[in-house]
Parts: sequence; C-alpha cells; structure tokens
Amino acid sequence: MGFEQIIFYLFATALIMSAVSVVTVRNPVLAALFLIAAFFSSSAIWIMLEAEFLGVVLVLVYVGAVMVLFLFVIMMLDINTDLLREGFMRYLPIGLLIAVVIAAEMILVMMSKVFDKPIPAPLPANHSNTEALGEVLYTQYVYPFEIAAVILLVAIVAAIVLAHRKRPINTKSQKPGEQVRVKSSDRLRIIKMDAEKRAGS
Amino acid sequence: MSFSLATPEIFLLSATCFILLLDVFLKDKFRSIGYWASLLALGVTLVLTYQSWTEAKALAFNGMFVHDTLSVVLKMAVLSIVTAIFVYSKPYLIDRKIFKGEFYSISLFATLGMMVMISANTLLMLYMGLELLSLSMYALVAFNRDNGRCTEAAMKYFVLGAIASGMLLYGMSLLYGLSGSIELSSIAEYVANQKIMSSVALLFALTFIIVGLGFKFGVAPFHMWVPDVYQGAPTPVTMMLASAPKIAVFAMTMRLLVGGMEFGSEGWQQMLIPLIVMSMVIGNIAAIAQTNLKRMLAYSTISHMGFVLLGFVSASEGGYSAAMYYAITYAITALGGFAILIALSHEDGDAEELDDLRGLSRRHPWYAFMMMLFLFSMAGVPPLVGFFAKLYILQAVVSAGFVWLAVIAVLMSVVGAFYYLRAIKLMYFDKPIDERSISMSISFNALLSVNGLLVVALGLTPSLMALCLIAIKQSI
Amino acid sequence: MDTLTAIWGSVPEFLQTFIIILLKIVAILLPLILAVAYTTYAERKVIGYMQVRLGPNRVGPKGWLQPIADVVKLMFKEVIVPSQANRFVFLLAPVIALAPAFVAWSVIPFSNTMILADINVGLLFILAITSLDVFGIILAGWASNSKYAILSAMRAGAQVVSYEIAMGFALVGVLMFAGSLNLNEIVKAQSGGITQWFAWPLFGLLVVFFIAGVAETNRAPFDVAEGESEIVAGFHVEYSGMAFALFFLGEYANMLMVSVIAAILFCGGWLSPFEGVDWLINLPYVGVLFGHGVHWLLLKTAFFIFLYLWFRATFPRYRYDQIMRLGWKVLIPVTLVYIFAEGIYIGWKMWQASHGGGLT
Repeated sequence: MGFEQIIFYLFATALIMSAVSVVTVRNPVLAALFLIAAFFSSSAIWIMLEAEFLGVVLVLVYVGAVMVLFLFVIMMLDINTDLLREGFMRYLPIGLLIAVVIAAEMILVMMSKVFDKPIPAPLPANHSNTEALGEVLYTQYVYPFEIAAVILLVAIVAAIVLAHRKRPINTKSQKPGEQVRVKSSDRLRIIKMDAEKRAGS
Repeated sequence: MSFSLATPEIFLLSATCFILLLDVFLKDKFRSIGYWASLLALGVTLVLTYQSWTEAKALAFNGMFVHDTLSVVLKMAVLSIVTAIFVYSKPYLIDRKIFKGEFYSISLFATLGMMVMISANTLLMLYMGLELLSLSMYALVAFNRDNGRCTEAAMKYFVLGAIASGMLLYGMSLLYGLSGSIELSSIAEYVANQKIMSSVALLFALTFIIVGLGFKFGVAPFHMWVPDVYQGAPTPVTMMLASAPKIAVFAMTMRLLVGGMEFGSEGWQQMLIPLIVMSMVIGNIAAIAQTNLKRMLAYSTISHMGFVLLGFVSASEGGYSAAMYYAITYAITALGGFAILIALSHEDGDAEELDDLRGLSRRHPWYAFMMMLFLFSMAGVPPLVGFFAKLYILQAVVSAGFVWLAVIAVLMSVVGAFYYLRAIKLMYFDKPIDERSISMSISFNALLSVNGLLVVALGLTPSLMALCLIAIKQSI
Repeated sequence: MDTLTAIWGSVPEFLQTFIIILLKIVAILLPLILAVAYTTYAERKVIGYMQVRLGPNRVGPKGWLQPIADVVKLMFKEVIVPSQANRFVFLLAPVIALAPAFVAWSVIPFSNTMILADINVGLLFILAITSLDVFGIILAGWASNSKYAILSAMRAGAQVVSYEIAMGFALVGVLMFAGSLNLNEIVKAQSGGITQWFAWPLFGLLVVFFIAGVAETNRAPFDVAEGESEIVAGFHVEYSGMAFALFFLGEYANMLMVSVIAAILFCGGWLSPFEGVDWLINLPYVGVLFGHGVHWLLLKTAFFIFLYLWFRATFPRYRYDQIMRLGWKVLIPVTLVYIFAEGIYIGWKMWQASHGGGLT
C-alpha cells in the first residue's frame, strides 16, 4: 500500500465518520464542527484527485465564510434539539425508503456505459488546474457563468430589499466624514478675558 | 462566436443593471423615472427580438443557446406580457407604498430568466434560467414585506420551489449521468437508442424531471403552493406568476421533453396523464368551494395547466402547437382578470373576495364587461379565445387516440363553467356592497381594452395558431 | 554510516516519506516558535522605546531571556476550565486557533529551493488556511460560556469575514500581474531588482492588504475582539496557562504569516533588491549577502513586523462600526477600482503586444 492510498483511506474514513456525526451528535455547535471536518476531508480528497483549485476553494468558501456564519447563527439561537428529534422514529421508515431509492438510482447511473472509462493518466506536476478551469469558464461556459453571476446579483438585491430597513428619521448617528474634517476651532473657543480678583482677598 | 444572436438578452441585462443603479440615485419624487426606463428597456428588447426573427435554427455560445422561431415567438409573448404587467401594477404599487425601483429590476431579472429558459439548449441553461426566474419570483412574492400573509406565501413558495428545483436537478443529473452530455440534441440521440419502457434508470430520471416540471407548472398533485401563494402575494405579483412564467415553463417542457426526449414520449405520456386528470378534477372542483377570488383563479390556473399538458400527451406537432397557443392565450386572459382585481382594490385592502365583484356592472360597466369577457374566455365560451384554445387541444388529443381523456376534459370544463358563471352573475345581477367609484389612469384603461380586444380577436383570426404551428414545426 | 543507510533502507517507503516530511516540518516550526517568542520581546522593547521606557530588562542580559521566563511561567500555571463550559470545545479552541497559523507556513518559499510544499494554488491555499483562524476565536468565545467571550466571538467573526474579501481582492491584483497562483512563481515574476517589485505599481493594494492583514489578525488598532477596556479580554478571558499561551502563539504566528506574505507578494520575497548591480554581488566575502537568499525574506518580514508594532504604539483603537465601515465602504471599493484599472492596463499591454506596437 502506497503513501497516497493510506492518505486516501485516512481522509475517506474521516469524511464518513464526521458526516455521520453531523446527523447523530446532540449539540448543534458540535454538529457544525463535524460538518467543517467533513468539508475539510472532502477537500483533501479532491486535492488528491488533482482538482486542487476546487479543493482549496471548498475550504475557502464553505469553511472560511459559510460555516463561520452558520456557527454565528447557531450560537445566537437557542435551539431545542429535543423538539427537533420528536417523531424521529415515525419518519424513520420513510427516510430510509427514500435513502434506498436514491442509492439505487445512483448505482444504476454509475453502472451506465458513460462511466465505463479507463482511469486517466496522472497529469504532469506543473499542470495548472486553475488555469484550465478558468479557460473553460470564460470560453466554453461563459454563458452559464454570466447567468450564474446574475443569479447571485438577484440574491443580493432581493436580500437587501427584503431585509434592509431605513432607521427612523430622528435616530442619532455619526458621520465619519464630518468627524474627520472637524478642526479644533469648531469645538474650542478661546476667550480673552481680564484677570479678576478673588473675592475676599 | 455568435454573441449577436443573444443581443436581446445582452441588452436586457445591461439595461436592468443600469436601472438598478439609476434607482439608487433617484429621489422618491422621481421614482417613476425607473418605471419609464423599465418600459423603455422592455420595448427596445422587444424590438430587438422582433428584428432577430428567423426561419432557421442557429446555435450560439458553444451550443448553450438556441435561436429559432419558437424562441422568438415565446420571447416576444413574454416581453409583451411583462410590459403589460408593469403598466397594470403601477397604481397598486403606489397605493401600497411599495413603488420601488427594485420591483422593476427584479421583475426584469425574472424576464431575463424566462428568456434564458426559452433559448436554452442544454440542461445547464434550462436550470440556470429557471433558478433566475424562481429566485426573482420568491423575492417578488415577499415584496410587501410588512404584510404577514405575503411573507408566509413567500416562505411556502420558496421551500416548495427549492424542493422542486432539487427534484428537477436530480433528474437532470441522472439524465446527464446516463447520456454523458448536457446538450439536449445528444440526449435525444441517446434516448432514441434506448427502449424507454425497459430502462429503469431513464424512467427514474424522467420521473424526477416530470415531478419538478409539475411543481413549476403547478399541476396536481404538486399544486399545494398555488392557492396560498396566489392569495398571499401582492396582486401584481400574482398576475406575474399566473402569466409569463407559464409560457417559460411551457418552453422548458418543450425543450426538455420534446427536444431532449421525444423518442421517450411513450414514457412521459403515461406519466403526464394522471397529472392532467388530477389537475382538471381538483382544479375545477376545488375552485367551486372558494369564496376568495384569487384562490378561485389559482385553482382555475391548475386546471388550465392541465390543459396545456394535455397538448403534450398527443405527442404530435399539432398537440405541441395547441399547447403553445393555450399557454400564450391563457397568459393574456389571466393578465386581464388580475388587472380587474387591481382596479377594484383600494388603499385599505385588496379586492379579493368574490363579494367584491358584486354589482360591478353598476359601478363600472366597462370593467364588468371586460371581466365577463375574460371569465367567459377562461370557461371556454365561443367565440372567445379560450374556446379555440381548448378546441385545438381536444382535436389533437382525439386524433392521437385518447378519446376518454378528451371526454374528461370536456366534462371538467363544464364543471368549471359553473364558478365562472357565478362570478358573472354576481357582477351583473347583484347589488354592489361597496359603492365607491373606480377610476384608473388612461393608460390602464387603454391597455385593459386592448387586452379585452385581444381575447376576442385572437380567437377569431387564425394567425396566432398558424404562427405557433410554424414555430413548433421549425424547432423540432 | 553504512549501517545507518541500511536501517533507513529497511524502513517501508510510506514511512520514509512520512519521516522526511516530519523532519521538514520540524525544521520550519522550531525557528518559527523561536521567532514568535522573540517577536513578543521585540514588541515590548519597541513599544517601550517609543513610549520612552526601557521595556523588559531584568531576565538575562538586556532582558533577552524574558520570553523564556514567560513560557516557563505559563507552562506551570493551571489550566482552569469554567464549570459551565463545554469542556471539549473549550480545550479544542486554542488548538484550532494555533493549527492554521502553523499549517500556512508549509507553502512559503524561503528560497528558490527551500519550500516544504511547492503547490500550484499556494496563494489560494494561504487564503483558505488563514480564513480558518477565526474558528479558534469563535469556538473559544462560545465554549467559555461567558458573555464577554461570546461578544468578542461575534465581533471577531464579523470582522474577519468582512476583511477577508478586501484581502482576497488585493491578492487578485497580485496574481493578475504574476499570472500564477504559485508563490515561488510570484516571487520570480518580480525578479530584476527593487524596481520590479509589485509594491510599486500595486502600492494601493499593498496598503489594503496590510490593513486587512492587521484586521484579520485582530491586532491594534482593530483589536476589538480583545477590547480589554469594554469586554475585559474578549475570547480568552476564561483561559489560563498553556491554553492561553496557545492563543498567544497563534496570534503572533499569524502576524509573522501576514508579514511574510506581504514580503513575498509585494516585495520580491527571497529576491535581492540589488539584482543586476553586478559589482556589489561580485564583492569578495560580503557579495553573497547581496545575492538572493533567505536572509532577504527575513529582513523584509522584519520590516512588516515592525509596522505592526509601530501601529500598536501609534493608533488608538477603532470603534466597531468604524471598522465595518472601513472594510466594506473603503477598502473593498478601492480594491475593485484598482483591479479594474489593472485589468485595463494588462489588456492594453496584450493588445499592444499582439499588434506589434503598431500605434507609433
């Protein structure tokens, strides 16, 4: 068994175990942590498949940004996990049935001839996955790529429209521009006045 | 590269981004500049689309984009309908204090999504267009965000819509896994070499795709969201939901089932038939029980979408073009119906109960007449357009040998006529509860009159049907 | 010697790989930890002199052994776990805070050949790994079960996520010029002496990058996550002993990290600024010092570290809303405009190249 295989099995085991733990663990924060571990292991596997760009971006986007916000929300909310677990046994048979159906479909598709290909030869070490991806994205797939950008734009606009509220007019707020521009003469008035005698002396 | 084929889309996208930016710098007083700019953008896009009229099929963006007669006709229909929606909805938005530039920019993005769907030549583009459309629609449904019912409707729509997208995507990925291509023509080749009824994987993929399409069409048994969303959404948004997207979903079905899986028609015919029967039965019978006008129209939409799918069942050019004709004319009719609802609503509440229609003929005889036209058309009374639409569909179905389906469709239309006629009776033979006079702007009235005229004229002249037939023939 | 080779040969192949990698890691980490220790000493000395004090001068000659004394002290202190805290996460948090700070060093090119992992996506890798630092703080804040700690966690989370965007955009500018994500390639793209450094054309991005870097590491003037005047010490208020020391170590390792990246991306990394000045490099004995080498990288890093310390002695702490405003409304637009202008410049250059400069 080579070094690579050992690493693969290490990450694959970690991936499966953490994925299972996401569902089974009781504490939601711990579940989120296991999800991070799962992302991490899968990104390692991607990197082993020579998809280093995707692997790193998975960590960058999902672990570095999405999961931070996830944790944020979970910590703010006091989730009652017992309530969520109610009726778990009742729904279990249906859930299992769906899982079996989906698994069966995936197996059926995997058995199709399209995937019956020889294992591709490893690419040379200086092959840049990022460059290859960029080239396809901006030529062959430029249309869906741009539409995806539009979808994200709509998401931003919609989120702002639905969530942003103007504050009441008489709210006090700071205007940093004015704060920076302020001069000592605006705040301090130096008055010339004659000396006065202390009363009683 | 043939970017120029997508000129209308590119122009619309640039114009929408410009309007989005423009609106940020507009003061509340000049808000209507954004409205006029949106109309202008749609108008120019319409002209550009018309100019790109073609008799030949052409591909662009490495086969991602298809340009044919079908796409031109459907895009023009969608663009005109969205323009009409903008004109109709202005007074409503001002009354509800949601006259914001974002309404227009998000609607324009939705329009772009529909255009992408109509011109899609790959599974990827179908999905992207659908997502762009759906995401914009979720936001629009929740647009009146301080209204609890709006938010609830948006939530339901979003959750069910997301599930539907997931189903569709799963089906598409199965299809991709089987055929090894996202391009519809290659998928068609793959399907042609397969015996659909004995290929389990292909049937699975088809099932998921049909379920996803069913959700988006809003046909039974995937119709749960339709009444709630129609009722909860602001009336202009309901109008939007009921009209233009139906045309886009028709295009999607056309591309996916006919363009991609025509040789699997044996499979999807059998899957569509139960959906059609259920939608017609549930839609028409449940509509009778409604007292809320918007809910009633929602159930009537369900049954009409059953009719559109019925056109596909015949799996013939005549059937597809009849379905296309039905989708377009239904969108136009629904547009008018909801416009009347906008005219009837006032600042302190929407007119959405059946009772609000009482005595409309005395309050505003012209609106009452128009509403009668729209309702008769939906019921399928000759010589209005709805009758011809149903007729073409039934012709195609009977010639394909599904006589029993045609019988059910006719029976259910008769049941449906009951609640349309009830609404007309309320307008003409009952005393009004609300005596307030109704007055709308000239542009609103003019557009409504044109809309009514179309409902009469489109049926009497066969030109639209001929156009549909040409478009379908050329695209297959 | 022969017996040693024989023993080495009998070790299975994957163990050999493993041991070699392990040794390389140790070779990087030991100096790093030492550097961290003496950065704390440097900080106290520099700030001391800036404030006209002497700084630490009791332990060892001129106080040189002060960091050692601090480490020994922290090691013998008790690690107290608050009674209501989530014990597992509480103890995990400092480790998570420290680990990414160390991992990122694996892709740093110390010289043309001294790289532990010469990967294609080095720049993205660093960005990804540094984005993990915040988890240590967030988890510490949550697990401590203290309101000050959780407030600090929220602040740190929002701040780091916001500044990551500006930082990422600043890096995009560099990679557009270098045409590669490999750190060593980026260094080599700046060869040709001090005038070829990216710091000159991309000075604005360097400033943005370094400000974002200071914010990412929660250092003054963006240290609201600690904010001892309002939330006592923020996320590490409940930590003591070695657990606290790990946070401390992580913070300084991150500072070093940001400085070394700034040196690599904008100031030519291990390249000599005197490249091309042949008479200097050909000098007997001292000429080697003017050639390329790891010492230049260390020197440049030291400069940026000094900036960190200088900032801390100079600027008062930003208010929280000001931090957010600076990140979202100033730095991000600046980088966007910069990248846009850079794109136009590169496009123009390419156009010129393809038309053979036919304009003249």
